[in-house]
Amino acid sequence: MASRAQQMPTGLRILSSAFVIVWLILAAFPFLWTFWGSFKVELDFFSIADWTNALTGANTQETYGRSFTGAGYHGAWVQNEFWRNVINTFIVCFFVVCTSLTIGTLGGYALSRSGFKYVFWLLIIALIFRAMPPITLVAGYMLPFFEWNVWGILPTTIIVLVAINQPFTLWMLHSFFQNIPKELDESAKVDGCTQFQAFRHVIIPVMWPGVITTGLFSFLLAYNDFAVTAMLLSESNRTMIPQIAAFLGTTQTEGNVMFAVAAVVSATAPLFVLVMFFQRQIVSGLTAGAVKG
Amino acid sequence: MKHRTFFWFFLPTGLAMLLFIAMPIVSVITQSMYAPHEAVLITVENCTPFACTEETTIDQEATRELRDAQPLGRFVGWDIYLNRGHLAVAEVAEIWRSAESWGGFFDRLGNLPFYRAMAFTLTYTFVTVPLLIGLGLMIALAVNSLHRHLKGLVIFFSLLPMIVTPIVGALILFWMIDSRGIIGNLIIYLSGDPQLSLKASTPLMWVSLIVYGIWHSAPFAFVVFYAGLQTLPKDQLEAAQIDGATRLQQLRYVTIPHLMPLVTFVALIKLMDNFRVFEEIVGFNASAHATSLSWIIYNDLSGETRQLSSAAATSVLTIIGVAILLSPVLIRTWRDFRGRRV
Repeated sequence: MASRAQQMPTGLRILSSAFVIVWLILAAFPFLWTFWGSFKVELDFFSIADWTNALTGANTQETYGRSFTGAGYHGAWVQNEFWRNVINTFIVCFFVVCTSLTIGTLGGYALSRSGFKYVFWLLIIALIFRAMPPITLVAGYMLPFFEWNVWGILPTTIIVLVAINQPFTLWMLHSFFQNIPKELDESAKVDGCTQFQAFRHVIIPVMWPGVITTGLFSFLLAYNDFAVTAMLLSESNRTMIPQIAAFLGTTQTEGNVMFAVAAVVSATAPLFVLVMFFQRQIVSGLTAGAVKG
Repeated sequence: MKHRTFFWFFLPTGLAMLLFIAMPIVSVITQSMYAPHEAVLITVENCTPFACTEETTIDQEATRELRDAQPLGRFVGWDIYLNRGHLAVAEVAEIWRSAESWGGFFDRLGNLPFYRAMAFTLTYTFVTVPLLIGLGLMIALAVNSLHRHLKGLVIFFSLLPMIVTPIVGALILFWMIDSRGIIGNLIIYLSGDPQLSLKASTPLMWVSLIVYGIWHSAPFAFVVFYAGLQTLPKDQLEAAQIDGATRLQQLRYVTIPHLMPLVTFVALIKLMDNFRVFEEIVGFNASAHATSLSWIIYNDLSGETRQLSSAAATSVLTIIGVAILLSPVLIRTWRDFRGRRV
């Protein structure tokens, strides 16, 4: 509890609360507005005559007899088969998270338990790889993938995303494993376990909090990726994000913009749920690197 | 841990990085030195009883054979780096010779794709980063003084702009600033100019992109600074109070120095992240007004004819740019590591 001397004067308190409210509006309003507008027709969402139309839905009422319509969602999900892209996205995310956690955990554990000098260099190389924009690598993938005939399919994209994920995963799990006392697996080894058995029976049971946090960020990276998925997937295998970009290419006909709006809202919803459930892990993951370093 | 055990533990992840990050870099560098084959031309002489005419046509079959035999193209060394689409050495020299003033020089330099992209990327990076740090710090201080039940809620909403897919976030804002959208409407109302459109003007588009960049990244700064504030030692603040420091002085001399390492951390991470700006440009459909190196790569690769060599050269230039930005981080990590060992 703050002492009286540390309490803010009323004026400052009001100012700071007002500032927080303004920030909350800035942060949340665009999402609420787009969500609300996604149930309207285009003339309401983009209303040149009167901006209150977007709230009341005057044109939507005229067209559909109600002030809300699911036409945008119907158009996106059924007409344009957005559900295929949704399924693709979740296939990609699932396999990326599982694979990158499996190999990343082994690697991160090894890095944290080995005191040799090459560990430092491996970490530095990982840091350099982490800083490189993924799109710069894409030009290097294209030709070999065309030659081997593996361009455009989901497994290729999954492997590429796993690899791009690795540097970050390694750094996070490395620092996480360093916080697990070495004595734990040392004593298992004294009892006659091999290194792998020590890892299997002693480390795995206690590593889940760090692994879950890392997994969340792997998921976000795979889910939010545009550069790799847009370049390496053929039209029929697209995930959500490139598909939304593709909707925009064909926005001239009426209604099509609303498909994109509905698709955007659909793509944001899982993230919303994710933040709701894993807020604590996300915050701790963001600050893990910062506060320690 | 023994070298052998380490090797087996590290093998899968090391292999993944070697094959899909290290090899592509080599492949990109190689590719950037080869240009696509030109079509093979054959000249056929058609003779009629009266005269002979020469006709030049593309030998489709020979061209295809050549392209299949050497998919990389023909070796051209540094030519691609120096051509008009990249460093444009000849053009820059020409502009330098003929330009009368600095303004004219930069004006004409801005017409070359590479320098145009650099101009936007650097402006975007160096305007966005200080502003997002400032905003993040203010939010962190304000939230820190809130009641503890409210904090969770505020953090939840604050995370949204950061967690959202960049291109999706850009679209959401783009639809709002459309001249028929709510913010666009408001701006038209405020300025009293019904013709005003953010999409049509380069400076306004830059401002919109920068505003988007701040909106997208400020939560990261906020969360990091907020975590830093939790570790602020109470006794230091109390000591400052006893010495009669005002609230502003406490902030200036106690809180901010405590947060300084975090400010450096956020600045370095965001410098690197913002240098790769490109999804925003796609989302805002802003390529007529603002481009970036990453966008040029994307554009080269996504066209009908994939210009691999050109994209590869830009990629190498981008990697060099990132390396320059990264060097302070590397030096710092190196020092930390040295410090820990000694």
